[in-house]
Amino acid sequence: MNPLLSLRGLETRFPVRNAFGLRTGWVRAVDHVTLHVMAGETLGLVGESGCGKSSLAKTIIGINRPQAGEILFDGHDIAGLHAGERRAVARELQYVYQDPGASLDPRWKIGSLLEEPLKIHTALSPAERRRRVVEILRAVGLPEAHLERYPHEISGGQQRRVGLARILTLRPKLVILDEPTSGLDVSVQATVLKLFRELRDVFALTYLFVSHDLSVVRLMCERVAVMYLGRVVEVGPTAQVFDAPRHPYTRALLSALPRIGGRRVTDDLKVAGEPPSPTDLPQGCRFRPRCPLAAERCAAEEPALGTEPHAAACHFA
Amino acid sequence: MAALVDVLSRMARDRAVLLGAALILLLVLVAILAPLIATFPNDVWDIHPTQRLRPPDASFLFGTDRMGSDIYSRILFGARITIMVAVVAIGVSLLIGVPIGLVAGYYHGWPSDLLMRFSDIFLAVPQIVLAIAIAQTLGPSIENVILALSLTYWPWFTRLVYAETRSLKNEIFIESTIALGASPFRVIVFHILPNVSSAIIVRSSIGMGFTILTAAALGFLGLGAQPPAPEWGRMISESREYLPDAWWYALAPGLAIFLVVMGFNLVGDGLRDILDPRLRRAPKSNG
Amino acid sequence: MVELLAVEDLTVGFHTDAGLAQVLDGAGLRIDAGEVVGLVGESGCGKTTLARAILGVLAPAARIGGGIIRFKGEDLLQQDAARLSRDIRGRAITFIPQDPYGSFNPLFTVGAQIRDLVRWKAPRAGRERVMELLRAVQIPEPERALEKLPHEFSGGQRQRLMIAMALLPEPDLIIADEPTTALDVTIQAQILKLLRDLVKDRGISVLFTTHDLGTAWEICDRVSVLYAGQDMEAAPTASFFAAAAHPYTRALLLSLPDPEGDIRDIPGEVPSLLEPPSGCRFHPRCGRASEACRSRPPRREPAPGHLVRCHHPVA
Repeated sequence: MNPLLSLRGLETRFPVRNAFGLRTGWVRAVDHVTLHVMAGETLGLVGESGCGKSSLAKTIIGINRPQAGEILFDGHDIAGLHAGERRAVARELQYVYQDPGASLDPRWKIGSLLEEPLKIHTALSPAERRRRVVEILRAVGLPEAHLERYPHEISGGQQRRVGLARILTLRPKLVILDEPTSGLDVSVQATVLKLFRELRDVFALTYLFVSHDLSVVRLMCERVAVMYLGRVVEVGPTAQVFDAPRHPYTRALLSALPRIGGRRVTDDLKVAGEPPSPTDLPQGCRFRPRCPLAAERCAAEEPALGTEPHAAACHFA
Repeated sequence: MAALVDVLSRMARDRAVLLGAALILLLVLVAILAPLIATFPNDVWDIHPTQRLRPPDASFLFGTDRMGSDIYSRILFGARITIMVAVVAIGVSLLIGVPIGLVAGYYHGWPSDLLMRFSDIFLAVPQIVLAIAIAQTLGPSIENVILALSLTYWPWFTRLVYAETRSLKNEIFIESTIALGASPFRVIVFHILPNVSSAIIVRSSIGMGFTILTAAALGFLGLGAQPPAPEWGRMISESREYLPDAWWYALAPGLAIFLVVMGFNLVGDGLRDILDPRLRRAPKSNG
Repeated sequence: MVELLAVEDLTVGFHTDAGLAQVLDGAGLRIDAGEVVGLVGESGCGKTTLARAILGVLAPAARIGGGIIRFKGEDLLQQDAARLSRDIRGRAITFIPQDPYGSFNPLFTVGAQIRDLVRWKAPRAGRERVMELLRAVQIPEPERALEKLPHEFSGGQRQRLMIAMALLPEPDLIIADEPTTALDVTIQAQILKLLRDLVKDRGISVLFTTHDLGTAWEICDRVSVLYAGQDMEAAPTASFFAAAAHPYTRALLLSLPDPEGDIRDIPGEVPSLLEPPSGCRFHPRCGRASEACRSRPPRREPAPGHLVRCHHPVA
């Protein structure tokens, strides 16, 4: 079985400029990432701020241009495509913003917003488009009357559903969800996750689920990849990674997660310090300054990610 | 449709805007109904040497000019010239300026910079100077005034549209439409343009006022409509010799220009407050 | 336990274009000396409004409809504004805001801003005390830190600075409004531990508002939950999470991600505060609701220290 999405040695860098506009360094937001996603699965991509997960998602979808590496989608390398060629890919590979409601043009009616993807990519008749749009609206649990409304006339939660519906009209194969539950109340989050699950089943979707919320990722994803400062440090089946983490950073991350009903993490904190500046990375393993296992080897040699199914980039894994 | 009704009702609540709208409406009505409400419609081209320079009275509401023609009637017909100049000049400016601004704002890199520098060149030239240059080369006429005005006003639209387009490009709904596979044409015409339209409307209204003023100045310099056309600026120019005795001669056209320009400015300013924050603000709730 | 702060029957409304939004309806809360009390609830439940009412910094559009805020025996709502501003706010009661990026003036050094605070709110604190607090919150190289500008610190470090500044006037109560929401989970854990250790050492009470139940579990002694402006339940942390009696609390806890299986959300939506349901505001979404729920249930105490406002509490 070939993966639906395969990243090989992907690299996205951003220049850092000083006050005069001269480049003083690079931020390696995505630093030689190799990862794959199988059709039908939900891969979680976790990490804290600055780890590069959002940049990686935006690179896959084409908002950022990679400096090196391959993005094989359904067998074709889409990394080096121009904007025009990218548009054909858009039909199959889609991206959901943290707030899908914000993806709605406030001056357009919802019906027109939902028809637009079909107008761009298909040659369906107006009647056929209308039929598909009504079908999608029902799938996300909204009434047909909404077609005549404007985004600001419906609630935030309903806007979110319309934003999702808009993407689903194209029946994409892979959908990247970028922090979909960030900032949401717990009960609203539950509703949204339920919706994602239903849509995944109805539309046979594959998800790349980017989030900093580990408990949500544990719930939704079969496999998970952990990122730290631009690199994937651990990847494997979610249950294994969470129950028996192999990389010290993953262990630190999990240990800091509050567990209701369990031991208080603040009683027994294992992680100290903060991530270094992304322009000034340490030599060798980048987690070394904060790692309880750090040894000489870690400063000399950057560890490689092992082999799947459960791999970790650590000399002591 | 509902949006239009809402804008109109908001306008109705703002007295300054109402006044401005009333003045513009007056201008339009006067221009349309000129033949009907003018007391001496033929005075646009007729001369009556025996009636020269009469002060305002019952039959000559604003007095007569140096040719003996009724100033009131000439003012009314002059409104037609005023409107034509304003509408055509702004219209042409829009047609040139808006697309350039959209394209320059949407794309990055040297083509975009080139377009903006090109428009900067036109911005650097004072309208009056360019108009004089054109008039010298092509001869004074109202058409050439319109040409001069269009050529110097379009960069204002370009700048405005460029700034708005650049900022809109960062909006998530534009980014997501591009991610959905929309072509640049579709994004620019159907998403960016509607969202900059309110800024364009405001600028157009103020531009009309500005254009009328400049056209009057050009007419004053003798570069616009040639006699006997009842162009307001020209009338003021003619009155110079006879001031301060024939005070009515300059008063009527001056007042007309003042009221019209003020009308456009009031509406433009009012629209700016009504249109933009209103449509940007979208009440949201969680759920 | 000695009562430090008690909010009783507080009703607050806001005038909006669309009418009067009844943000708090007879809300109650109690904080004892040396206690860390968590105030949990979802967006719009009124926890920020309650915190602001205690501090006396409600927006001008707010109308206090009734109630008492008793702090060390006196009703804050009856005090004159000058006294509140001078003695209470920023001195006896200090505040740690949610957003670490907006709470400092970007143009002045951190040292200058701390100096201002000392001058107005903690005149007895000397340089030594400032240094001691900076070390206590684990800011590296405190002497140099004072000369830096806010943008030179990370979000986590700024929250440490805010904690230090909240402790400087030696307050009785610190109100921490979602102080770790904007931080990564590893930093959050460090900040929570720091806050808890510092206040326990000094016997300071904390009112900790949050929508993240995990953080409430971590550092609170007692937890109180608000829904749509009404207090629903308050209990010691262990029993709050293990044996919640109010249907809303239970539904909330059930909707937390559970790796085992089903996702359980709460049907319906949060009510509009312009036209809220009568009586218990949760009753339209509650599986146990009856006619009686149209009138507000009284406060009952099924176990010592465990308060519930429900006609049909879960046993």
